[in-house]
Amino acid sequence: MNQMTGAELILRLLERQGVRTIAGIPGGAILPLYDALSGSDIIHHVLARHEQGAGFMAQGMARVSGRPEVCFASSGPGATNLVTAIADAMLDSIPMVAITGQVPLAMIGSDAFQEVDIYGMTVPITKHNFLVRSVNELLEVIPEAFRIAMSGRPGPVLVDVPKDVQNQVIVFDEYPPVAVRAAAPVVPLALIEEAARMINEAEQPVLYLGGGVVHSGAAQHAVTLAEQAGLPTTMTLMALGVMPMDHPLSIGMLGMHGARYTNFVLEEADLLICVGARFDDRAVGKATQFCPKAKIVHIDVDASELHKIKNAHVAINGDVTDVLEALLPRIKVQLRKRWLSHVESLKGRFPMQFPDLDNPRSHYGLVHAVASALDDSAVITTDVGQHQMWVAQAYPFRRPRQWLTSGGLGTMGFGMPAALGAALAAPERTVVCFSGDGSFMMNIQELATLAEQQLNVKIVLMNNNALGLVYQQQNLFYGKRVFASRYSGAPDFMKIAEGFGIPSVDLDQEGNPRAALARALQTPGPCLIHVSIDREQFVYPMVPPGAANTEMIGG
Amino acid sequence: MIEQVAEPLQQAGFAKVVLELDVNNHPGVMSHICNLFARRAFNMEGILCMPLPNGVRSRIWLLVFEDQRLEQMVRQLEKLEDVVNVRRHGAEHEVFERLEDFFH
Repeated sequence: MNQMTGAELILRLLERQGVRTIAGIPGGAILPLYDALSGSDIIHHVLARHEQGAGFMAQGMARVSGRPEVCFASSGPGATNLVTAIADAMLDSIPMVAITGQVPLAMIGSDAFQEVDIYGMTVPITKHNFLVRSVNELLEVIPEAFRIAMSGRPGPVLVDVPKDVQNQVIVFDEYPPVAVRAAAPVVPLALIEEAARMINEAEQPVLYLGGGVVHSGAAQHAVTLAEQAGLPTTMTLMALGVMPMDHPLSIGMLGMHGARYTNFVLEEADLLICVGARFDDRAVGKATQFCPKAKIVHIDVDASELHKIKNAHVAINGDVTDVLEALLPRIKVQLRKRWLSHVESLKGRFPMQFPDLDNPRSHYGLVHAVASALDDSAVITTDVGQHQMWVAQAYPFRRPRQWLTSGGLGTMGFGMPAALGAALAAPERTVVCFSGDGSFMMNIQELATLAEQQLNVKIVLMNNNALGLVYQQQNLFYGKRVFASRYSGAPDFMKIAEGFGIPSVDLDQEGNPRAALARALQTPGPCLIHVSIDREQFVYPMVPPGAANTEMIGG
Repeated sequence: MIEQVAEPLQQAGFAKVVLELDVNNHPGVMSHICNLFARRAFNMEGILCMPLPNGVRSRIWLLVFEDQRLEQMVRQLEKLEDVVNVRRHGAEHEVFERLEDFFH
């Protein structure tokens, strides 16, 4: 027989679920849970400075570990501050369980102090959410939240727990079983045969890999499929690292900022094998003109992604690992000399351009210099904007979960707290956050958390004192009417770092920037690495929004 | 970032369909269903919800247009945790017809 409060029960259930680190911020309505947390020897709490930071720390942990991770926030503004991090997890399919305090049950609906309907607000941005109305429900709701977060297509789940429910005493016999992933859909063998036949018979097939391959842990299967069938392979932003960038079959990232040859190869494809990707507009451009000659095989664990943007000729609903395991024995070994040599010639004629690669103070040169100073065990996070695309284009990713970026929601402010989360989940790794000055200032307060935790996180700050991608779009698509995209002030980031107790290196001032960079990256502990970059450098190639992928500008 | 401009959705001229949903009976279910239709820009013409006799489940009837996105609409509904199953009926189904007396 067990007797405890709702708060203690939540803690025990989280511990049983394997949770070891929770990021969050306490407040009135979640104090019973924090009181219980103070008594846990198993769970380490990381006190963030803003709930959005806590949400992104949980995401960073989950993106590295692949398991659902947890963040806590209080009611009202605490909960609303989590919203962006939850929405971000939804769009990138990241397993996360957010637990929020709520005003006591009897006060719900009375516009009480710090009351918001976070349940109602998070309906469209969670896989599922719960408002717990009695302590007994917790026995079911907490394991359910984990099961839902990690099953099928992963995603965030929110559990809103009123303060009196946290304080209620419960008596129960046994703990519920630890939640596990629900069984994946049964692999439809007839469709597997059909897909195998199409792959074997195709003349000019292309493999198109998405984040689902990472979530399913199917990177090795996907690479084997490519090698066995001789498939040129493109990856979405979310899938970078699934196939090593320097693999001979890799044709890099597709879409808005993909290389010209990548988009041209897709244009000529007669079969597109889409695995765990969702034909996002940044990847496919104008959907009706994407892969105009190709039949489509689409594999996804989420049935509602099939036929959503493009009708698939063969649509297979299943876990990517299961489907590829069933598919591989049916795939003929092919060299595809003619098609691959044509791909090679397109690559030769329209390669990705990396100007000024040898200069570590240029954008591509900096990315390259960072990569040269690290090995593949490092984790790379980014914020959102030009720097994110430059890193996506130029960094030699070689393993899944090496690369953490806000893809779907495109949240500026993601990078640094996500890097903290990554370092919490994998303290043995070096974590590098590429950021821009615009993004960095959106969650800069988490430098305080970084200083306290002394994590091995390096922030590489590409400073052009502008919202670079906005500046770029105004220049390219709004008649050079530059407005609200350049900052008139210029904060001294070295002084800011110093104020937070974080060491810094300003590559602008270093005689040998490459050596200074390597030294900073190899010294354990946090560090801010600052580089001024040229505001007039744009991300190329670029597909204008709404245009077909073949209508690229520049590059 | 600039959003892409989608083609305007065509709604007139499509036949109507009745969807019958069995759902878990708790206070948030209607919110999940209505929110899905609102945010995916699916058009919902009518909605009716009553608990089933056992009290654990409710039944929801939806009157919707059979446009090209009906399949997608059903798949999105099936994805909701609280939706147990979705059945499709033609517009001739009497549930909304019998209600029409209340709307004259």
